[in-house]
Amino acid sequence: MFEYQFMQNALIAILLITPIFGILGTMIVNNKMAFFSDALGHSAFTGIALGVILGVQNTLLSMIVFGVIFALLLNWIRTKSVVSMDTIISVFSSFGMAIGLAILSLGGNFAKYNSLLIGDILSITRQEIIGLLLAFLIVLIFWYVCFNQLHAMSINRSLAKTKGIYVELIDQLFVILMAVVVMLSIQWVGLLIINALLILPAASARNIAYNMRTYHLYSIIISMLSGSIGLVLSYYLGIATGPMIVIVASLIFFLTLLLSKKKRR
Amino acid sequence: MGHSCGYHCIKIEKLGVTLDRQQILRNVNIHIHCGQLTTIIGPNGAGKSTLIKALIGEIPHEGEIKFRDIRDDKPIKLKIGYVPQQLPFDKNTPSTVYDLFASYISKRPICFFKDKAVYEKAKEQLAVFEADSLIDRTLGDLSGGELQRVMLSIATYPMPNLLVLDEPISGMDRNGMMLFYEQIDRLKKEYDLSILLVSHDLEFAYEYSDKIILLDGTIVGEGTPKEVFESRRFKSMFGNIRYERGEV
Repeated sequence: MFEYQFMQNALIAILLITPIFGILGTMIVNNKMAFFSDALGHSAFTGIALGVILGVQNTLLSMIVFGVIFALLLNWIRTKSVVSMDTIISVFSSFGMAIGLAILSLGGNFAKYNSLLIGDILSITRQEIIGLLLAFLIVLIFWYVCFNQLHAMSINRSLAKTKGIYVELIDQLFVILMAVVVMLSIQWVGLLIINALLILPAASARNIAYNMRTYHLYSIIISMLSGSIGLVLSYYLGIATGPMIVIVASLIFFLTLLLSKKKRR
Repeated sequence: MGHSCGYHCIKIEKLGVTLDRQQILRNVNIHIHCGQLTTIIGPNGAGKSTLIKALIGEIPHEGEIKFRDIRDDKPIKLKIGYVPQQLPFDKNTPSTVYDLFASYISKRPICFFKDKAVYEKAKEQLAVFEADSLIDRTLGDLSGGELQRVMLSIATYPMPNLLVLDEPISGMDRNGMMLFYEQIDRLKKEYDLSILLVSHDLEFAYEYSDKIILLDGTIVGEGTPKEVFESRRFKSMFGNIRYERGEV
């Protein structure tokens, strides 16, 4: 099957996207931000819609710009608001998606945005892969420079602050990074699936990891395995790639859940 | 490393906190010398935790916190160490004691490397609080007392000028509390720092404190444990309690 160029491209893309998700997911799960990243995905519709309205040629650009603004705004509100966080995020998430859907459905030609929902990794081009490679490098650099601070903050923010960590800055950089990665990959992975891919590998890794190094290692391996197994299975079974990957990742999650009982003794 | 020099003093002047238009603390003045354990007690809602949050910069406050060397009256930058009341992390968080410690003292990302030198350094520091054997345990597996000792090790490396402890004794048995207070006592005797502790346990506070501050929105009493415990204000809050030193 890999004699086809589109399958080669898809495999390369998956081998780039999945480790990014595996790495980012560790801290999304640690910081209990699963709903946050989900809302980000939903806002992609509005990003595209705004791009269309403003006549931007490259809607990816409008998605990224809007995604970053959306993420910063959401992050600001969640620190200021007295309403519980999952409520706030749900409101943002629904609003972000509804506005996008409303605008894009104007004139009744929504069908051409369908791929945004479940993604279309088989249509990725070599050029677009280079974009993913860049995102991968940025995530690695950010992790290299900021991971220790990010980890300290995820355990206790006040303590991190007294230790001289720029808590607010690191926090903002992290959500910006999340926004960029989500927007860059959403057209390949799909809105309905992207969050599962961000959360599942890390959640599985947590079940069996016993320190930060094994946590990352397992998360990356599980993410890459789910991605490549899902791609191959989807080819033979004739199923859309995104959902197949999520099915594999979920099965792995249940497996690790069984193993976790042993870890806890 | 040395004994407290007695020359450093921390002055908290006219500290006030207003949150959501509600004044929680007003005109709090505290004077702390190094080598002292100052304990804050007070009824629920007295603003004890708010005071701690203001001191560590978590919430905005009025007034000033000054740190000086009394020999030349030069202002020095105050380094505050903090032991949080609780760590609300998930029990299955895959962070070990080493991971947490190294996050603060090392630049190399702990998710990719385990640094031998950092490991040894952390272990050495944990040993000060008899917690070196915990270094490879995950945080979720530690008991309240064990976690407390780990947090103390982290808060005191590098050694701060002021160590702030926010009700650290909740969820600990009597032996654990005793060990904790003994360690605090040793810390203040062996190192050059002041300790500010929010306590709920009057008996331990009486036994170990050099100075007690009775807080209720502002300072309503301060002095030696004996002075405060015999004051009318204290008795109206907590009743007539008599402790003798050495009872604990």
